[in-house]
Amino acid sequence: MGMTMSQKILAAHAGLDSVKPGQLIMADLDLCLGNDITTPVAINEFTKAGFTEVFDKDKIALVMDHFTPNKDIKAAEQCKQCREFAAKHEITHYYDVGCMGVEHALLPEKGLVTAGELVIGADSHTCTYGALGAFSTGVGSTDLAAGMARGKAWFKVPEALKFVLTGKKSPYVSGKDVILHIIGKIGVDGALYKSMEFTGPGLADLTIDDRLCMANMAIEAGGKNGIFEVDEVTLAYLKEREIKAPTVYAADADAEYAEVYEIDLAEIRPTVAFPHLPENTKTIDEVGEVKIDQVVIGSCTNGRISDMAVAAEILKGKKVAKGVRAIIIPATQLIYKQCIELGYTSIFLDAGCAVSTPTCGPCLGGYMGILADGERCVATTNRNFIGRMGHTGSEVYLASPAVAAASAVTGKISAPEEVM
Amino acid sequence: MISKGFIHKYGDNIDTDVIIPARYLNTSDHKELASHCMVDIDADFVNRVKGGDIMVGGFNFGCGSSREHAPIAIKASGISCVIAKSFARIFYRNAINVGLPILECAETDRIEAGDELEINFTNGEIHNITKGETYTTEPFPEFIQNIIAKGGLLNSIK
Repeated sequence: MGMTMSQKILAAHAGLDSVKPGQLIMADLDLCLGNDITTPVAINEFTKAGFTEVFDKDKIALVMDHFTPNKDIKAAEQCKQCREFAAKHEITHYYDVGCMGVEHALLPEKGLVTAGELVIGADSHTCTYGALGAFSTGVGSTDLAAGMARGKAWFKVPEALKFVLTGKKSPYVSGKDVILHIIGKIGVDGALYKSMEFTGPGLADLTIDDRLCMANMAIEAGGKNGIFEVDEVTLAYLKEREIKAPTVYAADADAEYAEVYEIDLAEIRPTVAFPHLPENTKTIDEVGEVKIDQVVIGSCTNGRISDMAVAAEILKGKKVAKGVRAIIIPATQLIYKQCIELGYTSIFLDAGCAVSTPTCGPCLGGYMGILADGERCVATTNRNFIGRMGHTGSEVYLASPAVAAASAVTGKISAPEEVM
Repeated sequence: MISKGFIHKYGDNIDTDVIIPARYLNTSDHKELASHCMVDIDADFVNRVKGGDIMVGGFNFGCGSSREHAPIAIKASGISCVIAKSFARIFYRNAINVGLPILECAETDRIEAGDELEINFTNGEIHNITKGETYTTEPFPEFIQNIIAKGGLLNSIK
């Protein structure tokens, strides 16, 4: 029986010729990731178990991004613990305030992940790097501790759902709309324990930023990982970074899939996920009149430069509606600088937006945009669970940067075309 | 090993944000995390829960964020086992790694809040003392049983 892309990468890292779904394996890791929330728990477990050395100081990335710049004393203590651990073990890829970014935007930008690699991260959105043809998945802090100590993790080999993409997207439709459409179709546990493998001629119409956004949200369908077939777009992106040589794995022609879905990109409309699950999707034509109090554009899902570009295009020369707070958070230090150089920051400030240094802050209800009871927010983030961005009586609507920017202008959930 | 306790019942897609909201993730202290467990959907849970009690959910229990703080908070609150129709995969491995027993059982609809259950982890049988019923569960694969037997993931790789 043939293997899927994910199965081939897992087999190669477990030193096996082949693997089959359901098989439990121990595999070698190319990179282990932690952040300021999950790393302290990992350090505690690492120390408690008596480990004194990390397996490879070049294969661990620690990114202080969730509650940074520190939101309170406890958050500061957690970062201090990570900083001291990184210094003690001379961790090469330690990113703190001033050089950091939201982890899943930062690692690809820095060239720390390439095609064919096996990556774990103590953050559920670690699945993002599947956009680059890597097998990457979220784990917990104890798995991170084990990874840092031994460079290994256990995996249950997943079966896969195959998404064959065709056609071309309409204007103002992005990877965010495609993945929300897919989650709406298969549900928040539609890919539970499974890989989501994206292929087909439609890939040519998806930029790396579109793919990073889509792979990022594989977890919102319950997926173990999301992974894109490697093509010229991937290789060009990786070549620009040129830190590690990619290894390209393609699925076998006779690979078996639990399900195959055909998705015509041309049929996808701007899509919004209503509270309180990412599967509660409606097209922009179905949303009706939903007044909003806040807009957040940023996060590991949609804080990249192309996201900033479309927000700037829509907000240029316009004003944020009265009574709406618009918060824009470029995801990395580099993207923040590019926003200044390309004039986007001026556009955002002139429109009446707040523009912040990189942080995960509001996405998980940490700080920098917490919602009060009864408030509604359109966010380009990835989760709209009860209380996710603040009060349990608040509501989060997930959308693309284009829809979020247009909604900031009108004060209600709006199609980009309404303001352009 | 046998576990016996009363039921705290929840629905489908219980996410880790409601198990332990992110605003409390500025600590890794187990007791402090437990003091906020389930607060956003069941504020009285921390007052009701007694050592040995059992939590029951539907499909996709523990979805969302990878925070290990979620199984830690549940375990430190006194819960002895979580039973659900299915678990989100990161929560599943985190629970194994922190030593919180979890069981997949298709019949959770028959279990009601306040029922008293007795769980036999050796044969995977759940006995509903209140209703006089018995349910079967999926046993852990041998690979996972070995991790548990060695006292958790880190001990197993030392």
